[in-house]
Amino acid sequence: MNKIIQYKQLFQLISAYFWETIREPGVLFWGIVFPMLMSLGLGIAFTQKANVVSNIAIVEATTGQYTVPPQNHLIDDFLKHTTVTQALRDTTTLYKITIPDEKMGNTTFLFRKTTWQQAMVLLKRGNLSVVMTEQDDSIRYHFDPLNPDAQLTYLKLSRIIGPGGSVISQSNDNVAPLTVSGTRYIDFLVPGLIAMGVMMSTMWGLSYTIIEKRSKKLLRRMVATPMKKSHFLISMVTVRGGMNFIESAMLFLFAAIVFGITIQGSVAALLVVFLAGNIAFAGIAIFISSRTANTEIGNGYINVVVIPMMVLSGIFFSYHNFPDWAIPVIKKLPLTILADGLRGIFIEGAGFAGIALPSLILFAIGVVFFFAGLRIFRWH
Amino acid sequence: MNSSPVIEVKNVSKSFKTVQAVKNVTLRIGQGQFVAILGPNGAGKTTLVEMIEGIQKPDKGEVLILGKHWQGHEDELHRVIGLSLQETRFVERLTVWETLRLFASFFGLGQDRAAMVIELVGLEDKRKAYVMHLSGGQRQRLALGLALLNNPRILLLDEPTTGLDPNARREVWSILLRLKEQSKTSLILTTHYMEEAERLCDYIIIMDYGNILREGTLNQLLLEDDEFTTIEFSFRDDSPSPETLQHESPFSYHWDPATQKGLLTLHQVEADLPGFLEFLKHRGAHLRHLECRRKTLDDLFISLTGRHLHE
Repeated sequence: MNKIIQYKQLFQLISAYFWETIREPGVLFWGIVFPMLMSLGLGIAFTQKANVVSNIAIVEATTGQYTVPPQNHLIDDFLKHTTVTQALRDTTTLYKITIPDEKMGNTTFLFRKTTWQQAMVLLKRGNLSVVMTEQDDSIRYHFDPLNPDAQLTYLKLSRIIGPGGSVISQSNDNVAPLTVSGTRYIDFLVPGLIAMGVMMSTMWGLSYTIIEKRSKKLLRRMVATPMKKSHFLISMVTVRGGMNFIESAMLFLFAAIVFGITIQGSVAALLVVFLAGNIAFAGIAIFISSRTANTEIGNGYINVVVIPMMVLSGIFFSYHNFPDWAIPVIKKLPLTILADGLRGIFIEGAGFAGIALPSLILFAIGVVFFFAGLRIFRWH
Repeated sequence: MNSSPVIEVKNVSKSFKTVQAVKNVTLRIGQGQFVAILGPNGAGKTTLVEMIEGIQKPDKGEVLILGKHWQGHEDELHRVIGLSLQETRFVERLTVWETLRLFASFFGLGQDRAAMVIELVGLEDKRKAYVMHLSGGQRQRLALGLALLNNPRILLLDEPTTGLDPNARREVWSILLRLKEQSKTSLILTTHYMEEAERLCDYIIIMDYGNILREGTLNQLLLEDDEFTTIEFSFRDDSPSPETLQHESPFSYHWDPATQKGLLTLHQVEADLPGFLEFLKHRGAHLRHLECRRKTLDDLFISLTGRHLHE
C-alpha cells in the first residue's frame, strides 16, 4: 500500500496531464510552429546579404554657417555618375548610385540636394546619415561620430569618391566570407531559442497549470485522497520535460533542414544539459507557484523570472555588449547557463567536460527551488 | 444513536480574519446515518465540513474520525472518506472516464471499479465526453462518482445540488437514496434546500451564524412545538399595506415582503383563527389565500431566526 512509487498512480497522473496538455488548442502552434517561425524570420533577416541603402544630403545653398556660396564642382562631377530618380513620397530629385558587392551585399547611395536647415531636420528624423559639403576643393562629411551607421556610410562613401569626382571601383579580393556552419547568426540563434523555449514552456506550462488547479480547488480535491503529492509534481515535471523535448527537437530539425545547422559536439552531453535545464526551470516554476491561487498574481511572478532573463541572457544577441560589471551577474542566470551550455555543444563542439559544471549548477538550482517550493506548497 | 460514533466533533470553534465561522459546535454521527447540515449561505456549514474533512484545522476543540485525529492519520482516513467540495472544477479536457480512472488510481483501484461507478452515477453515455461539455447536473454526478470510488465509510458532500434544476437534483437524490439502502455509509451533506434534508437524511442539524440552532430527526424538529399550527396567508391588492396591518395586529406574525406572504402560528386554530379573521375584516383587508398547513423546516428556521433559509 505504501510503496515509495505507486506506478499505477504515477502512470495515470502522467497520462492525465499529458492529455490535458496536448488537447489544449494552440499547444501545437505556440509550442512548435511559433519557435520555427521565429527562427525562420530571424534567421533570414540576419543571414541574407544586406542590401544597404544610405541617404546622404548635399548642402549647396548659401545658408547656415556657409556664407560663401560653396562651389560644388567636385560633388557635381561625382553626381554625373549617378542616375537621377524621384523620391516616392515627394518630388525631391534623388541621385542614385549602387555599388555592387557580391560578398558583403550591395550598397545604394541616395543623394539629395538640400539646404543646411533641411539637412539638419532630416538628420534628426533619422532620414539621413551623412551630410556632404564642399569647401576649398575638398569634400567634407558631417555626421554624428557616435552613430555606427553614419560612420559606415562615411567610410564607404569616402572610399569610392576619387579625385575629380570620379568613382573608384573597389576590389573585394581580400574579403573571405565565413559561411561555414557554426559561425553564422542562425547557429548562434537556434541554441538560444531552444534554451528560451525550455524556460518559457516550463514556467508558463507548469506554474500556470499548478496555480489554475489550485484556484479551481482541484488540488484540494486531489489531496483529499491518498494521492501521493510527490507523484503529482513528478508527473507534471515529467510531462512538461517530455513536451519541451519534442518542441526543441522539432525546432532543431527545422533549423537543420532549412539552415543546415549541426550539432558539433556530443549529443549525449547535449541531452544532459537539456535535462539539467529542464530540472532547473521546473524547480523554479514549482517554487513560484507554491502559494498563490490567483492566476494574475501568478502571471506577475512568472514575468518577474522570465523577462529579465529574456533580456539579459543573450538569447538573440550576445550579452557581451552589456557593461563589464554586469556580465558576471548575467553569466550566473539559469537561462544564460543553459544557453551557453547548449551553444558550447552546438557551435564549439564541447563534450561532457565542458558542460559538467553548468549542468551540475542547473541541476542544483532545480533541486533547491523544488524542495523550497515543496516546503511552502499550499495544497488547499 | 450508535455507541461508537463514526464522526465525533467536540466543542469545535474556528475563526477567520473577521468572522467566527463555527462557534463551539459538538456533534456525533453514527454508522449508516445520513445527516444534513441545513442553513443559509454563511452559516458555517462549509467550514464545519472542511474541519471534518481535515482541510481546515479547528482553533479549538477536536475532530475524531473513527476515533482518530487527522494529525498523523491522513493517509488512512483519506482511504475511508469520500467527498465532494463546493464548486470543484475538474480538468476540462479530460473525459469522464479518464477523470474516474485518475481518481481511482489514487486509491489503488483499477478500471473495474471506475466502470461500476460510472454506471452507478448514470454517466455511461458520457464516458468519452470532456468534462467541459457536461451539464451542471452531470458535473455534480461526476463529483459524486469520484467521492464514491473508494466505497467510503464516510461520505461528505458540500452542497451537492446547489445550482441544479429540480430534475438534476432528483437524479442526485436517487443515487444517494440507493446508496443508503445498499450500504452502511454514513453521510454528512450540507444544503440550504429543506426538501433535500427532508428527503435524504434521518438527522438534521440546523445551523446559523456558526451555531447549531436545533438538531434532531425531521419529526423531532417539526413536532417540537406541535401544539402550534401554521397558517399561511396573502392579501389582495386592495388591502391596506401589510406593514401597517402587521403593526396593528393583535396576533404577532411573520411577514415576508419578498413573497408577499404572512406566516402565523396559532396555539388553538379553532379558538384563535376567528379572532384573526375578525381583525382583518375590521381593518378592511381582503385575503387572497389562507392555508392551514403542515409545518416545514423553513417555518422552523423562520421562527428561530426571522429569516428564510434561502436568504
